[in-house]
Amino acid sequence: MAIESPELPPLVSLRGVRFAYGEREVLRGIDLSVHRGQVVAIMGGSGCGKTTLLRLIGGQLKATGGTVEVAGHDLAALGNADLYALRRRMGMLFQFGALFTDMSVFDNVAFPLREHTDLPAGMVRDLVLMKLQAVGLRGAAALMPSELSGGMARRVALARAVALDPMLILYDEPFAGLDPISLGIIGQLIRRLNDALGASSVMVTHDVHESLGIVDYVYFVSEGRIVARGTPDEIRASTDPFVHQFVNAEADGPVPFHYPAPAIAEQLGGGVG
Amino acid sequence: MRASSSADNGAGRAELATTDGRQQLRLSGDWTLPHYAALSGEVAALRAGLPPDLAVDVAQLGALDTAGAALLLHLLGQERLRSLLGGGSALPAERRALLQAVAQAVGERPEPLAEPRHSALGDVLEHVGITVGVFRRHLTDLLGFIGLTLEALFLTLLRPWRWRMTSLIANLEKTALDAVPIVALLTFLVGAVVAFLGATVLADFGASIFTVDLVAFSFLREFGVLLTAILVAGRTASAFTAQIGSMKANEEIDAIRVLGLNPIELLVLPRVFALLLALPMLTFIAMLSGIVGGMLVCALTLDISPVMFLSIFENDVGLRHFLVGLAKAPVFAFLIAVIGCMEGFKVSGSAQSVGEHTTSAVVQSIFVVILLDAVAALFCMEMGW
Repeated sequence: MAIESPELPPLVSLRGVRFAYGEREVLRGIDLSVHRGQVVAIMGGSGCGKTTLLRLIGGQLKATGGTVEVAGHDLAALGNADLYALRRRMGMLFQFGALFTDMSVFDNVAFPLREHTDLPAGMVRDLVLMKLQAVGLRGAAALMPSELSGGMARRVALARAVALDPMLILYDEPFAGLDPISLGIIGQLIRRLNDALGASSVMVTHDVHESLGIVDYVYFVSEGRIVARGTPDEIRASTDPFVHQFVNAEADGPVPFHYPAPAIAEQLGGGVG
Repeated sequence: MRASSSADNGAGRAELATTDGRQQLRLSGDWTLPHYAALSGEVAALRAGLPPDLAVDVAQLGALDTAGAALLLHLLGQERLRSLLGGGSALPAERRALLQAVAQAVGERPEPLAEPRHSALGDVLEHVGITVGVFRRHLTDLLGFIGLTLEALFLTLLRPWRWRMTSLIANLEKTALDAVPIVALLTFLVGAVVAFLGATVLADFGASIFTVDLVAFSFLREFGVLLTAILVAGRTASAFTAQIGSMKANEEIDAIRVLGLNPIELLVLPRVFALLLALPMLTFIAMLSGIVGGMLVCALTLDISPVMFLSIFENDVGLRHFLVGLAKAPVFAFLIAVIGCMEGFKVSGSAQSVGEHTTSAVVQSIFVVILLDAVAALFCMEMGW
């Protein structure tokens, strides 16, 4: 798997990160680090703050407490121009691809190259076709996003995310809503592209079995905290009740089946008497 | 959730009977939702007088559903129900399961909650308060977004290589060229209507010749720019909101940010510039077309020939009226474009949200346009322009 280099500082490091949407606190002190070359998965139930975490790393949101460091820069201390410059070294894959609907597949992948470089048109074309070749969709270059299946759109978006050879690739639910074949393809692509580009990847997902097969390290998030962490083997062997519930898909456990509510008797009291 | 699918056993009943010197509660009939009202009356009457050690006879009990089970629980209370469910019970297993589930969910039933009290006046005041709050929030949002737009505008203005000409031209085509037919037609019709009104009213004073001035003044100063702005607010502000809103819902805006680009610069500036150019041009067309409409009516009903119309026009109407009208166009254009784009950015997630914000964009931009036009009219009158 990936080459870990303990002497280098981690590429991404979060220390005591807190975040709240208004009154609602989503993250309550997260410590997490991603080393160079690693593929790291952040897992947790729906609505536990995983995507928020990803947005904090991408600098789209600012933490209300703690520090988020990417490549040695404290994101909170960066000005707008520096933040934009740093984002150009990151690629992000959105849950449903987020391709620009009024551009062809080719133009979508070419977009970051055209915006951020002054390459001649021939060079852009070669680079785009190479990226599309890497995700197996060179033949779909002329199609519009509306003509693609969900899995293909996700692959095109992946090609766009790696168009500028980023040092860090962020994935928001890369497996959501895919059939088993597309799911396997995306999983393999994530691992292969990460190793080929010498990048690091952070993946937010709740697909346990697919991701355990490709990642180097896993963090489990629940109620805004990291509740478990480890390599895939450690996770599979874990006796932690939360990990056990998650990996075995049990309905009730540390993650309760019921959303917090007043006692049902108080709410049903209207009918009789 | 019926526990029994047997035939109709009649309405459920609960009776106290004394057999062998012991009081016994006999349950019979269907304890189901259709009989709920009648049963709950009986339950309420019986509940107070039940002795603590009570035998329950369920042999006659017909169907039982969740509502019936809840009533039964209410009648017997947790303690007695537990002994009924206990060993040696005459109840079939599926009934016991249903009663157990209901007993677990409900627990001991407390007194019914008091309905929160509403007063009409309170509701009205609350609603007014909420609306004022919303209005205030809209205002601060708008000012904030105008600030963001101006910041991006000045930053880009100094760097011509970052101007997005393709996007500007495309937007210009959609907002200006494509809007010409509808703007021309509508203002032509309104011009004709204004001339008819003038001809009818002014004829009583023998002053129908002033219809020319009426049409000219109203279109140069007010109607040309106001009608165009309202049309554009309905046509273009909504389009901007829908375009940007669907991009937002599709996470495309996030994708732009993540690619290290400023969505304001990429999406808002070309639209604002396009409308800044389009609205004055459309206003000019609207003025011409409205005046032509008036001219036609004058020629047909008042026997004022177009030549005469134009010579009266030239004598009576100064250039400043045209300038007063045209000067308002860029201001309206800026506000309409900014409101349209801002509402697009406010879209969150769903298609429903796109629709809501599109409506809001149209309402807000028309409101702002008419408000500003009224203020401008007062201002110009005081200044004697």
